[in-house]
Amino acid sequence: MLGLLNQWRRTFSHGLHPPEHKELTAKRPVVRLPFPEVLYVPLSQHTGAPAKPIVRPGQEVVRGEPIAEADGFVSVPMHAPATGRVRSFEAVPSPRGRLVRAIAIDVYPSSDQAVLYGAPQDIDAMSPAELILAVQESGVVGLGGAAFPTHVKLRVPEGKHIDTIIVNGCECEPYLTTDHRLMLEQPGAVLKGLAIIRKALGAERAIIGIEANKPDAVAALRSVIRPEDGVEVCVVESKYPQGAEKMLIKSLLNREVPAGGLPVEVGAAVFNVATLAQIGELLPIHQGLIERIMTVTGEGIERPGNYLVPLGTPIRDVLRFTGLREGNPRVIFGGPMMGPTIASWDTPVTKGVSGILVLPQAVPENNGSAIPCIKCGACVNACPIHLNPCFLGQLARKRRYDAMDRQYHLLDCFECGCCTYVCPAEIPLVQQFRVAKQIVRERKAQA
Amino acid sequence: MPEMLTATIFMALLGGLLSLGLATANRRFYVKEDPRIDDVEALLPGANCGTCGQPGCRAFAEAVVQAQATPVQCTVSAPAGVKAIAAYLGVAAGTAVKRVARLACAGGSNVAWNRASYSGSQSCRGAALVSGGGKGCSWACLGMGDCAEVCTFGAITMNQHGLPVVDEEKCTACGDCVAVCPKGLFSIHSVTHQLWVSCKSLAEGDAALAECAVACTACGRCAADAPEGAVVMINNLPVVDYGRGRDLTKEIIQRCPTGSIVWISEQGVVEKGAAAMPVIRQSPLPVVSEAKR
Repeated sequence: MLGLLNQWRRTFSHGLHPPEHKELTAKRPVVRLPFPEVLYVPLSQHTGAPAKPIVRPGQEVVRGEPIAEADGFVSVPMHAPATGRVRSFEAVPSPRGRLVRAIAIDVYPSSDQAVLYGAPQDIDAMSPAELILAVQESGVVGLGGAAFPTHVKLRVPEGKHIDTIIVNGCECEPYLTTDHRLMLEQPGAVLKGLAIIRKALGAERAIIGIEANKPDAVAALRSVIRPEDGVEVCVVESKYPQGAEKMLIKSLLNREVPAGGLPVEVGAAVFNVATLAQIGELLPIHQGLIERIMTVTGEGIERPGNYLVPLGTPIRDVLRFTGLREGNPRVIFGGPMMGPTIASWDTPVTKGVSGILVLPQAVPENNGSAIPCIKCGACVNACPIHLNPCFLGQLARKRRYDAMDRQYHLLDCFECGCCTYVCPAEIPLVQQFRVAKQIVRERKAQA
Repeated sequence: MPEMLTATIFMALLGGLLSLGLATANRRFYVKEDPRIDDVEALLPGANCGTCGQPGCRAFAEAVVQAQATPVQCTVSAPAGVKAIAAYLGVAAGTAVKRVARLACAGGSNVAWNRASYSGSQSCRGAALVSGGGKGCSWACLGMGDCAEVCTFGAITMNQHGLPVVDEEKCTACGDCVAVCPKGLFSIHSVTHQLWVSCKSLAEGDAALAECAVACTACGRCAADAPEGAVVMINNLPVVDYGRGRDLTKEIIQRCPTGSIVWISEQGVVEKGAAAMPVIRQSPLPVVSEAKR
């Protein structure tokens, strides 16, 4: 009963609730995929400067060994996801279509693939500054999808203080169940990671936000939390995009992040459960991030499930292991709302990829010019950050990008896609905004 | 009655006083402007394209009148218009080499493979954000005509293979196509730059050919045939040193196996070398699904 009350109370305004389709994989435990023959580890799997390789072609690497170092503060190192020999540096496609540099590793088929690297370190004895360095060394980035280096979030700017840590266990994207399975299977690791982050930030409160459609995950986490931990588990309404950090802060704390600002300005920091679980697992043993859990699902997959995949596995190999139904499928990285469609199956799995979704080919979308906007305002009612997508769309068609930026806060759009989802005229609004944001950023960089 | 009279007199006085103020202000703060600026501006096309380097046609007119620019620097004006301005001001029209936008890609739908069919909004910018747009070659022209749409002068048309063709007569080198192309394939060049590399693929050999029949395979024959240093291979592409004017001859393109380095005549006709594999196919290539690769 109390849960129901919570559900009614803790949410944000606007947003929507698309069909979840999570039943395909929600009950399937995480299984390890076999290693592919060749791994392609891109040097730029995160937001920020690409890592600098520290291996040479022909060199043998042990699973877990650092193969690239961080280039600056907003950058993280890479670790070998498998034991093998570095073949070469190659250009591989990235989800955005640009080719990126990657380290190709021939995996030794007869290796037992034990992680022989790393040594225990005493987390309790470390100072916050040492913890931040340790997080960077582990190569952990935001595993929810943004792939923003976690240690950067831990360094709070002068004069600011983070009083509340929010743990994001919403997983509002349809189809995806990685965070759900992780909360069920490793609630202890999540809490351990949370304790480390909490020490580094010195935050007073910690809240875990979970959508109401995952009562078993709520129970699993509550069962491992001791009263002295001081961690709250809050149920939030199942609604998209509940997992966007600004929305979750609004839902749980009723604080609003200012336009163009970061969560730190309202004293909050948001971390994904998978990020925390990796920190909780890797930091005490001083190891690096080498694999991640991802949901491989959709109507085009024969054996949908949650898989533990070594980073750098080309999706062609992932799809071969999980089985592919006949036809000419459409492959999406992440969820159907925000995930990019992938043209090349040579694209490797990177740190920020929370799932591979394979859907049958959709009917061709209309190109936006066929049906004009009918001014129904559905997009205005859907936009979670209260922009006016209808007006922005009109301006985009007229190429008035400066007006979109200055008067209509285009850069606050985080491309959740709610406007496009509800538009009865099927105008590709979010696609237009993506282009507009790119052009606005280009112009600002030139000026 | 007296109230009305007072009001009328007061209003008349006030009106007189204010108009006096305006008249004085007009005298004292009058900005004297060369009347020729207006006349020259009227002779300009009024496109405000900025190609001349000035913020707009008015600023260009001012610069021309003050002899800081020559009439010919307006690339949009027809030769007759340039002559008219020169005659009006009694100055020389000046000389300028015509500059045009050139496309560094020849991968039309009949020669370049697609690895996925893109069905979203028909704009190159939008397509480029979705996994690069589906073309096999990451550097290739996407062929949805953002450049043709953005061109103010109607100088760009899309041909039957989905490649933009620049009408050199109409092109004013304003650079709008350069800015809009998500793959950065356009650049502004003098028409005297006749040796042209129409490929941007950084892949080499069979890897380049697998995606496009007219790609540069980085064989380096053009660099070998050119006088020392006139053409050099950098990142698997020939780079032409246009400062070497006379050293750049048609000989350089003759042994190119794919015809990715070409010679553009003064009339804008593209010539390939003798060894270039002829392109016979005219219909678009099918999309090869990733599932079958």
